[in-house]
Amino acid sequence: MSLVARHLEEAGLPTVVMGSARDIVEECGVSRFVYTDFPLGNPTGKPEDLEMQTVITGMALDLLERAWEPRTTLQTPFVWDAERNDGWREHFMKVDDSNREALAAAGDQRRAAQASAKAEGKNRG
Amino acid sequence: MTADRRTHRSYVSYIDKSRNYYGAQGYPQAYQWAYNHDVPFTPLTKPLNECRIGLVTTSFFERKVDTTAVAGSATKEPYAAQCDDALGGLYNKDLFWDKDNTHTDDLDSYLPINRLREFADQGRIGSLAERFYGVPTDYSHRRTSRRDAPQILEFAREDELDAVILVPL
Repeated sequence: MSLVARHLEEAGLPTVVMGSARDIVEECGVSRFVYTDFPLGNPTGKPEDLEMQTVITGMALDLLERAWEPRTTLQTPFVWDAERNDGWREHFMKVDDSNREALAAAGDQRRAAQASAKAEGKNRG
Repeated sequence: MTADRRTHRSYVSYIDKSRNYYGAQGYPQAYQWAYNHDVPFTPLTKPLNECRIGLVTTSFFERKVDTTAVAGSATKEPYAAQCDDALGGLYNKDLFWDKDNTHTDDLDSYLPINRLREFADQGRIGSLAERFYGVPTDYSHRRTSRRDAPQILEFAREDELDAVILVPL
């Protein structure tokens, strides 16, 4: 998506990216970025929280108007879980001794499924 | 909030996490994420309350997904559709997001069509375009840059957009 934003900017169209994967967007490099430190899935605000969605979307509009240089990142003030905000961060794509074997097995299973699909000519890639 | 000290950055690095996660699944070759030093920048050329704004999402309309396809096998194409047709929600269960901690049952939590229409009603923006666009989260930078991005630009020109908000899930 950041590559698309860059393409539009190069063609003379102003853009702003709204997202929660800060490192991916900033490594790719975009002109304007509204960053919300949430689990991936709700980059424009929590579900059913209309007030929050309005603030976050409004910040994207502010940035369109006011940014004067590329790589302008604006972090929104919201916190996902005020009690235990590291919980979701640690849980997502966790790799530790509790699941290492299961992950290796899941990878083997997926490769086997892909190999048999390929043999049947199902892949178009 | 109390002051805190940490040995690691607090926000999640998805580049680090995904490399470790897929490495643990036996994929030795890490994904090569896009990196650029230089970044293009176009300023807004007219007041925001005169601008027609467009939206781009990585979600699609519900479709049959081939779960055995190899990641990056190009089964999705960029599309343009009426915003009104998205109001019932879009399909994104096949995308990479935190299904254990949240959900995407509220469209405006990942594609703020209703919030932007409210901003248009209030005169903060000129209007929200009648169409929005969808772009695949493609494994291939080449396909994104050479096929998808030019197509989105073409849609944006057809709709005479003045600025674009892109929201990856």
